Amino acid sequence: MSNVLAVLEQRDGALRKVSHEVVTGARRLADALSGNVDALILAAGPARGADQLGRFGADKVITLTNAAFGMYAPEGYAGAIAARVTGGGYGAVVFAASATGKDLAPRVAARLGRPLAQDITDLAVDGGAVTLTRPVYAGKALLRLRVVGTPAVISLRPNVFTPVERPKAGTQESAAVAGPAGRVVVKEIKAAEAGMLDVAEAPIVVSGGRGLKEPANFRVLEELAAAFAGRAAVGASRAVVDAGWRPHADQVGQTGKTVSPTLYVAVGISGAIQHLAGMRTSKVIVAINKDKDAPIFKVADYGIVGDLFEVVPKLTEEIKKLRG
Amino acid sequence: MKIAVCIKRVPDSETRVKIAADGKSLDEAGVKFILNPYDEFAVEEALRQKEKAGAGEVVVIALGPPAAQETIRTALAMGADRGVLLQTQGLHADGLETARALAAELKDNEFDLILLGKMAIDDYNHQVGPMVAELLDLPCVTTVAHLEIAAGKATAEREIEGGVEVVEFSLPAVLTTDKGLNEPRYPALKGIMAAKKKPLEVKPTTPGPGALAIVSLTLPPERQAGKIVGEGSAAVAELVRLLREEAKVL
Ligand SMILES: Cc1cc2nc3c(=O)[nH]c(=O)nc-3n(C[C@H](O)[C@H](O)[C@H](O)COP(=O)(O)OP(=O)(O)OC[C@H]3O[C@@H](n4cnc5c(N)ncnc54)[C@H](O)[C@@H]3O)c2cc1C
Ligand SMILES: Nc1ncnc2c1ncn2[C@@H]1O[C@H](COP(=O)(O)O)[C@@H](O)[C@H]1O
Repeated sequence: MSNVLAVLEQRDGALRKVSHEVVTGARRLADALSGNVDALILAAGPARGADQLGRFGADKVITLTNAAFGMYAPEGYAGAIAARVTGGGYGAVVFAASATGKDLAPRVAARLGRPLAQDITDLAVDGGAVTLTRPVYAGKALLRLRVVGTPAVISLRPNVFTPVERPKAGTQESAAVAGPAGRVVVKEIKAAEAGMLDVAEAPIVVSGGRGLKEPANFRVLEELAAAFAGRAAVGASRAVVDAGWRPHADQVGQTGKTVSPTLYVAVGISGAIQHLAGMRTSKVIVAINKDKDAPIFKVADYGIVGDLFEVVPKLTEEIKKLRG
Repeated sequence: MKIAVCIKRVPDSETRVKIAADGKSLDEAGVKFILNPYDEFAVEEALRQKEKAGAGEVVVIALGPPAAQETIRTALAMGADRGVLLQTQGLHADGLETARALAAELKDNEFDLILLGKMAIDDYNHQVGPMVAELLDLPCVTTVAHLEIAAGKATAEREIEGGVEVVEFSLPAVLTTDKGLNEPRYPALKGIMAAKKKPLEVKPTTPGPGALAIVSLTLPPERQAGKIVGEGSAAVAELVRLLREEAKVL
């Protein structure tokens, strides 16, 4: 029997959505290890949403507070988590492979002297040992690993571990942690437009490439995304990011973000291997391209051959109709 | 400004992946190897920081097989001053062992700045930089897309979901580089010639066994060859029906 520590994320005092995925993944591991899930939150004060975590399978929610923990404090967080792991005798520690998680998990792993499996897409327990699957070589191969010894330290690719409700009568615990934030200080977050979903976390991604012809034409994709009523983000190929049409934050692919949405719509994107690296684990892929031989059709579940300037507005209209 | 850059030899991203007979590794036959693209940003940034400081040294360090000498020569041709190859056979899955080997080499050299890529495009480990920082007890900022250094104080920007984090830290520090930080230069012919004469030290290294055992390396399940729903806007209604009724994603 061993317990699992789920390390969650908050911003502006509210839990981020990816936290439900982390609790879900941790629950799966804990069930296989016959242990409990402790959900850990680092914050400046009580975090909004903490009381909801029992629904996703957390047995206990631990909030560690420090005045410096309002913003991400890499060293302060890493120290507090490592101390908790050592003290709690956990069999596994689970992070989100978000921007913060990918920064934090290696620090904690190094402090524990443990290996880290980052950005995993599947997990299991086999003969008592945690085994993991991670895409490597730009998603062109899957590496399965067995963790030798404990704890297993892992981070979960966003959008892969769909939150599952498995209610537990969770308890809440809170403690103040002393100590400095560390030598690396986050001064501010320059926020993107309010309410904008990040491509790495949106359940639906509508991406555009050079086929859009000019930056202003991305409006047709923004309208399609808007038709999904707050569930979609607009992504981009590297070609259009390099051309300065779209911000790098929106780039999908090997040198951009890895996304795994429920629905990925590639519009005017040829489907270069480096683009596929960032989106091939999407659940359903739709391609709209005027070239019937474009490589994107080889990975797409559904394709429409045609001029995007005719197809996309029609699609937007149909999606709006669905919403009624 | 004394700067170290950790660089990795990786298969070109165009590589067709073939699994070796052991079922656990890449079949390297015919594979072209390159300097990890994120490490190009790191080398470029090191050169720029040294140029800005007006004096200093850029040392590139690679842990890898004898052939990684070529990778080091590429960085020397870009303008790095000298190279160190921590020569080993085969790298394993546990990034902490890589970090330990690199940290042991970096430890006593008093670098002002240690740069790495945010991740290697072969193993996608995304971890060696911050692990090196922890092992050396240095401040660390990862996935840096913008950097300003003045009088030992530094500010960096890194992309996070839905925004950009502005981070302050002091030197010495460990940074990992993201796309957008700079445009790496191409080695000029003069640089390539000069690189041949630059010092490259080879040190045999034996990393520890690590604690991640490789069970298998497999090709991902082929995505079902997609169906072309139709042509032009006439196909949209059918696409929406399929997304609702067959794929059940709407
Ligand atoms: C080291 C490295 C890293 C890279 N990283 C990335 C990465 O992270 N992400 C990435 O995306 N790329 C990356 N690339 C670049 C990649 O190789 C391709 O160059 C890029 O993805 C092409 O972008 P695109 O599909 O928008 O443009 P193109 O390849 O030019 O494709 C445009 C497509 O639009 C279609 N089209 C044109 N007009 C219309 C129309 N009216 N209606 C419908 N379709 C139309 C065309 O048929 C074509 O298929 C990387 C490359 C390298 C070498
Ligand atoms: N074998 C290696 N030799 C030198 N540097 C490495 C090696 N492996 C990883 N690195 C550095 O660490 C960064 C992150 O790699 P990784 O954590 O493996 O994705 C790379 O971009 C390199 O800068």
